[in-house]
Amino acid sequence: MTRLSGWGRFPVAACKTRRARSEADVAAALDTPLIARGNGRAYGDAALNPDLTLDMRGTDRMISFDAGTGVLVAEAGVLLADVIAAFLPRGWFPMVTPGTKFVTLGGAIAADVHGKNHHRDGSFRRCLDWIEVMGPEGEVTRTRPGDDLFDWTCGGMGLTGVILRAQLRLAPVATGWIEQEVRAAPNLDAAMDEMEMTLDRPYSVAWVDCLASGRDLGRSLIMLGRHADLSDLPAGKRAAPFATPDKTTRRLPFDLPPALLNSATLGTLNAAYYARGRRKTGKHLVDWDSYFYPLDTILDWNRGYGKRGFVQFQCVLPMETAREGMRALLKRISASGQGSFLSVLKRMGPAEGRFSFPMEGYTLALDFPATERALDLMKRLDDIMTAFGGRQYLAKDARMEKRVLDASDPRAKAFAEMRAQQGLTGRFTSLQSERLGL
Amino acid sequence: MSGTEKGAVLILGAASDIARATARAYAAQGHPIQLAARNVDRLSADKADLETRSGVTVTLHELDALDTASHKGFVDGLPDLPQIAVSAIGVLGDQGDNASDPDKATAIFRANFEGPASLFLVLANAMEARGSGTLIGISSVAGDRGRASNYIYGSAKAGFTAYLSGLRNRLAKKGVHVVTVLPGFVATAMTEGMDLNPRLTAQPEEVAQAILNAGEKRRDVVYVRGIWRLIMAVIRSIPEGIFKKTSI
Repeated sequence: MTRLSGWGRFPVAACKTRRARSEADVAAALDTPLIARGNGRAYGDAALNPDLTLDMRGTDRMISFDAGTGVLVAEAGVLLADVIAAFLPRGWFPMVTPGTKFVTLGGAIAADVHGKNHHRDGSFRRCLDWIEVMGPEGEVTRTRPGDDLFDWTCGGMGLTGVILRAQLRLAPVATGWIEQEVRAAPNLDAAMDEMEMTLDRPYSVAWVDCLASGRDLGRSLIMLGRHADLSDLPAGKRAAPFATPDKTTRRLPFDLPPALLNSATLGTLNAAYYARGRRKTGKHLVDWDSYFYPLDTILDWNRGYGKRGFVQFQCVLPMETAREGMRALLKRISASGQGSFLSVLKRMGPAEGRFSFPMEGYTLALDFPATERALDLMKRLDDIMTAFGGRQYLAKDARMEKRVLDASDPRAKAFAEMRAQQGLTGRFTSLQSERLGL
Repeated sequence: MSGTEKGAVLILGAASDIARATARAYAAQGHPIQLAARNVDRLSADKADLETRSGVTVTLHELDALDTASHKGFVDGLPDLPQIAVSAIGVLGDQGDNASDPDKATAIFRANFEGPASLFLVLANAMEARGSGTLIGISSVAGDRGRASNYIYGSAKAGFTAYLSGLRNRLAKKGVHVVTVLPGFVATAMTEGMDLNPRLTAQPEEVAQAILNAGEKRRDVVYVRGIWRLIMAVIRSIPEGIFKKTSI
């Protein structure tokens, strides 16, 4: 038994673990209920199963790559970081990437992750030609966009079987640099107006000061970006356009004391960050790693919340209610005095698939220490989110109640029914699927 | 890749987790890779992986480490005499079985000592004749002192460690460098299910990096995690009269 948790380190559970190194290893594990686990970047309990948590990092072979088309076939345990290391020097980058490169392909598919380009390019499913999934009897099915199994597996949190391999398309890029433009928005309305006006930009995301209130409520720094062309680089960098500075990674060597992050320090930090960002608006060249993965340079940053761990709240609200709903959420958060340094607001593109998180509208993500008070606040946020027709991102979830899921996401019922009908219930299960009755 | 032609790297016992990580690390630097193992066809996915990631040439070579008579032919059959050869050959077995069954004990002795020593003998002679090369043997801290809990495996590794030391001495002025790598605990298939202290346990990628560095910097004896050098120094320093009564 190993004490395991997700990235938020809450909850922690004693789980039997085994590492799969091949398809045969996966098949041999099917005699107990299990959940496949990638690199453990889901925040909560999505990849925890006390009976068996099957570690898929041992299946991390790249099988083929077509240098003409950028099509990669790889096993599920390959990290996006590996993909970038292998193919960025050859001019290719993932079409869709979440905020960390330390996710496996299997995890990215299971959560159907999205990135800063969701408003234009959709979620991870869009770069997939096919995926191979092992079912409860060990049968392997290759499934493509348009198939039921594909639709349930993207965003299905590993509950449709074990994702073994995938074929994905990478996007051609001319350099390893991003032209970033920062714009300051003094309040929520201005931030959302700005994001509506910049829908043509490939990448867009806003950092929100979630502790600002009154007329400053929702003040944001909007960060727009696009892959830089060769001609955007200063002459000195053009000879080696994919050479970007090596990040010195740091590791948080111990758990920070909980008292360090309180409303006073956070309020000050957030205000300072906003003020600094406002002075530095305009266009800058930023290397891909700093732009997409600012937190990856601090390995184990999840220790910043101390031993008790933290919980992330991420929901999406539909266009019709997004303004009013986001205002209600932010008011509740800033009034509580609990908030996080990293609160992210993003415009999302249309919904796709049967159980993927995104829908056209706005998503807000922020994290809280796993304290009674914060968990209580999150219940209030659940109610607001539900009232405004939103839903939550299961890759972040560690604590939502079944009644909230049922009320906010009617697709959950269909998902659970499909699972029962296909004989998946009780075979592929996680603490999350049990909590939510999936 | 830097433009200069990199020498081939031969990985002996290429199916292990440490071997796979080591092959990846060398391939990432642009070295052609020769993978040698029993039933080597099972490594075709690993060959594809290395080629896909790094664009290097990878060849597969059938090898029976215990069939010492075949070793000369095996080395002669390689496409090039490698610049670097890494032995990741080794079998841990179960100490209880190993200590009670002579056949099992002998199999452990042969897999951890005879086999790799015989292969390095053939490679060393060829490299000596050429006047260049690096031999990297993965031995074990278990060979630093015999203990009740693993002396069958440990004594074979002790033999291999002594062998590498002698080989290094012999070849020091012949242009051939010999490295002894002592990984300590490593999180691999070999140790899966064991309750290992995470501070003392390296990941295969860490061992691979240590192997690369040791070869490049021409180190002699390398403990992957420095703490093991200290631990084994303490264990070695305990007088035998006391040591025999301990259970470490």
